[in-house]
Amino acid sequence: MVTTETARVTTADYAGLVPAWCPGCGNFGILNGVKRALVDLSLEPSRVLLVSGIGQAGKLPHYTSGNVFNSLHGRPMPVAIAAKLANPELTVIAISGDGDAYGEGGNHFIHAMRRNHQITYLVHDNQVYALTKGQASPTSDSGYVTKTTPQGAPFPVNPLVLAIAAGCGLVARSFAGDTNHLAEMIKRGIQHRGFALIDILQPCVTFNRVNTWDWYRQRVYKLDGEAGYDPSDKTVAFEKAQEWGERIPVGVIYEKERPTFEDSMPALAKGPPVKLELKASEAEPLLDEFV
Amino acid sequence: MSIEVNFMIGGEAGQGVQSVGFMLCKALARGGYHIFADQDYESRIRGGHNFFRVRASDSPVGAVIEPLNFLLALNRESIDLHRGELGPDGIVIYDRAKITGIAEGDDLFGVPLEELAEIAGNKVMANTVALGAVAGLIGYDREKINQVLTEQFKGPVGEANIAAAKAGYDFTEQNFKGKTGFRLKQASDARRLLLSGTDAIALGAIAAGCKFIAGYPMTPTTPILEYMASKAKDHNIVVVQPEDEIAAINMTIGAAYTGMRAMTATSGSGFCLMVEGLGLAGITETPAVVVLGQRPGPAIGLPTRTAQEELEFAIYSGSGEFPRAVLAPATIEESFWLTTKAFNLAEKYQTPVILIIDHTIATSYTTVERFDLSKVVIDRGSLYPDKSVVKPEEYKRHQLTDSGISPRAFPGLSRALAITDSDEHDEAGHLIEDAKTRNEQVEKRMRKITGMRNEIAPPRRCGPHTAETTLIGWGSNYGAIREAIDILSKEGTKVNALHLSELWPFPADAMTDALKTCQTTYVVENNAAGQLAHLIRAETGFSVSGRILKYDGRPFTPAIIADKVRRKEVVAW
Ligand SMILES: Cc1ncc(C[n+]2csc(CCOP(=O)(O)OP(=O)(O)O)c2C)c(N)n1
Ligand SMILES: [Mg+2]
Repeated sequence: MVTTETARVTTADYAGLVPAWCPGCGNFGILNGVKRALVDLSLEPSRVLLVSGIGQAGKLPHYTSGNVFNSLHGRPMPVAIAAKLANPELTVIAISGDGDAYGEGGNHFIHAMRRNHQITYLVHDNQVYALTKGQASPTSDSGYVTKTTPQGAPFPVNPLVLAIAAGCGLVARSFAGDTNHLAEMIKRGIQHRGFALIDILQPCVTFNRVNTWDWYRQRVYKLDGEAGYDPSDKTVAFEKAQEWGERIPVGVIYEKERPTFEDSMPALAKGPPVKLELKASEAEPLLDEFV
Repeated sequence: MSIEVNFMIGGEAGQGVQSVGFMLCKALARGGYHIFADQDYESRIRGGHNFFRVRASDSPVGAVIEPLNFLLALNRESIDLHRGELGPDGIVIYDRAKITGIAEGDDLFGVPLEELAEIAGNKVMANTVALGAVAGLIGYDREKINQVLTEQFKGPVGEANIAAAKAGYDFTEQNFKGKTGFRLKQASDARRLLLSGTDAIALGAIAAGCKFIAGYPMTPTTPILEYMASKAKDHNIVVVQPEDEIAAINMTIGAAYTGMRAMTATSGSGFCLMVEGLGLAGITETPAVVVLGQRPGPAIGLPTRTAQEELEFAIYSGSGEFPRAVLAPATIEESFWLTTKAFNLAEKYQTPVILIIDHTIATSYTTVERFDLSKVVIDRGSLYPDKSVVKPEEYKRHQLTDSGISPRAFPGLSRALAITDSDEHDEAGHLIEDAKTRNEQVEKRMRKITGMRNEIAPPRRCGPHTAETTLIGWGSNYGAIREAIDILSKEGTKVNALHLSELWPFPADAMTDALKTCQTTYVVENNAAGQLAHLIRAETGFSVSGRILKYDGRPFTPAIIADKVRRKEVVAW
C-alpha cells in the first residue's frame, strides 16, 4: 500500500536517463510537458505507470521516472488497459508515435476509445516514422514524399475526427513547442473520467522537412482563447477537428463524460483486483454446479 | 459382467441434439455411471448433421467406442448415416410418422415423437420425448430425467418438458417392454462431476486464483471465456472481450505485469496473432497462460473438428529465443490440474505457458471424481520482499541471479518501480545496445529453462513394462490408446504406451530412458506430419518405427488404433 507522501513531488523525482533523441527534437518538449504535469498533480512516480510502444516516442518513459512497460510496436494500449483494470489506483498513461497509435495500433486505438477506458493517451504526432528513418505515417500530409511513397503519401487519417466518432471522452491537441499548454492538456487528460487522447504536434528535425518548427509556429492557435467555443458540442467539435492547413487549433476540441469501462466491471467493486487474496477454495461452490 | 452402453443422438443443428445428449449424460452420471461423450457438429447454427455420442459404463471410460446400442434419430439423415454403426441388438428410436421409406428391420423402434411433443405442449420438444423414450427403453429412473429437465428448463417450460419426457417414457415402456435387453439401474451412489475440457480448464483457472481473462471468441475455447464471464461478478474476475487476439495476449501480459494471474484462450488462427506477444512475455519476463485449443488447419480449416497440428507451433513460435512451457493434458481431469500447474510455472519462471488441448478434449464430457481443492498449489514464485523500499532505484526488475529468476515487484504496490522493456534491457529494465549486457540477459533468461525442466513430468507408461509394440501419444488420444492396448492384448499382441502430457521443456532424459526398452514404436497423432515424432527425434535422436496418423478432423477410437497396429498401417512420409 502506498502511503500518502508528505514530501512534495519535484521535477527531480522525475529525472531519468539521458535521452537518445536528435538535438532539437520535439520530443524534448513533450518530455518536459509530461514531467511538469505529473509534478503539478503531485503524483509519486510509484503511482504512475507509463506504457509505451516502439518508435522514438516510445522511448520517453526511460527518460523520466515511474513504473514502465515499454511494449511492442502498436501495442501499448492493450497493456495499459489491462494494467488499469488490474490496479485502478495507478495513473496509467500510454505513449505512442503516430505510426504506433494510428497505424500498427489503429484497431486498439478505436476500440479503447469506444469502450472508454480510464487512460490518458499521448501521441507524439510527427507525421513520419522516425525510428525507421523517415517513411510516411498515417498522418503524413497528402502528397508527402518519402522513400516508400515516391509518388506522395495518400490521404491522411484525422485522429481527432476519428476519436470524436469513436466516442473518445476528451479529445485534445497540443504542440511540443508549448510546454505550458501541453502540461495543461496532459493534466486535463489525467483528470478526465474516461479515455483522453492528446495528439501532440511534434516537429521531427531529421526526417520531416515540411512540418517544421516554423511551419507549426505560424499556424498553431489556441482554442481556449476562441470566444464561445463549446467543446461539449459534438457537431462543432467535428468541424473544428477538421481545421488543418493555414490555421491549426490546439486545446480541448471535444469533451464529454460518459460511463467508463471500469464502471461496468463488477470485478472492481471490491477494490483493485490485484489486491484480492487468491485461494483455491473459491472454486468449491462452483464444483457443486457440475454434480 | 460389466455394464457398457453406447448412445448416439443425431439430428440437425437447432433440433436440440446437444441438449438431449448433455441431459442424458447428466442423468446417467447421477445414477453412478462413468460417462464419456463427444460431439460432432458443423460450423452452422441451423441444419446440417450433428451427433452426440454418449458412452456409459460402470467402470471408468476415456474414449467413445463402437458399436452403438441406441441411436436416437431426430432426422432421417441420422438413420441413413449411422444405422450401420449399431451392434447386433442395436435400436433406432425415430419418429415413424415423419420418417418413412426406410428399410424395415427389428432395430426400428418407432415413437411418435412430434405428436407426443405437441400433446405435451409444443412439437419443438420432440427431442425431450426422445430422451424420455430411451429412458423408458432402458428402464431408467424417471426422477433423474425429471431432475435434469427441471434444471435445464425453468418454470412452465420445465413442466412441459417433464410431460414430454413422460409421454416418451410411457410410450416405449408400454409398446416395447421386454423387447430390449438393456436395463440400466443405479450403478453406484458416486457423485462425480460431469465436465467438458473447457469446464475443467475454467475451474482450474479459478481454483488457481486467475482473476483476469481476455479472449476473442473462437471454437473450441470460447466456453472458457463464457464461463469465466458468468462468474465475473461473484468471483471478481475481470473478463474482457477485446478487439482481437493481439489485444487479448497483450492484455494478459499487462494484467500479469501488474500482479494478477491472467490468461487468454484461443485456437490456431488466434494463436497466430498472439505470437509476437509470446515474445513480449518472454523478454519482459511476464507470466502469461495461453490456452490453445486445436482444430484442423491451416487457416480456418475445419472449425468444429479435432486436430493436433500445432504442437511444433506452440513450442517454436515467436521471434527470438525465450523459455516457455507447453503442457498438453491427456484427459479432462488432467486439464484441471495442468491448468493450475500452468499458472505456477508461468509465475515461477516468469514466462509464457501454453496449455495445448485438442477439440476432442475441449468439447467432450466425462465424469471425474470431485477435485480435492486442498491439493491445489498456488505458488507465485519469487516476489520482491521489501515493501518499504526507500530509493526506487534499489529494485531491479531483471536482476541477474543464478536461477535466472528475478524477484517481481508490481507497479503501485510499493515504492519499487517495475520497469521493463520489449527492447533488450539491463537489470533495471532500461533499453540497452551493448553486447555484454545483451549476453547477460539472454543467459539469465535461458537459465530459467533448467529449473523449469526439472518440474516437467516424465512420460507416463501404460500397459505391460515390455511389449512388441509401443504406442506414443499426446493429448486426448490417451483414452483411445489405452483401450487399444486392451483390445490387442486380448488377441495376444503385447502392446504398451508412452504418453506425454508435459511436452516442453521436453523431458529428454526420461524419454530416452523410456525408449530404451521399446521395440517397434508408433506415434499416434491427429496430424499429417507426425509432429511428436519430429520432436522426439530432435530431442532424443530416436526415430520412431512408424506413425499412425489421422487428420480428417475426427477423433481416434480404440478400434481404429488397434486395427492400424494389426495391419501395420503406418504413414511412411
Ligand atoms: C511489428 C513491427 N513492425 C515494424 C516495426 C519497425 N518500427 C519500429 S518503430 C516504427 C514506426 C515508428 O513511427 P512512429 O510510431 O510514428 O514513432 P516515431 O519514431 O516517429 O516516434 C516501425 C515501423 C516494429 N518494431 N515492429
Ligand atoms: Mg512518428
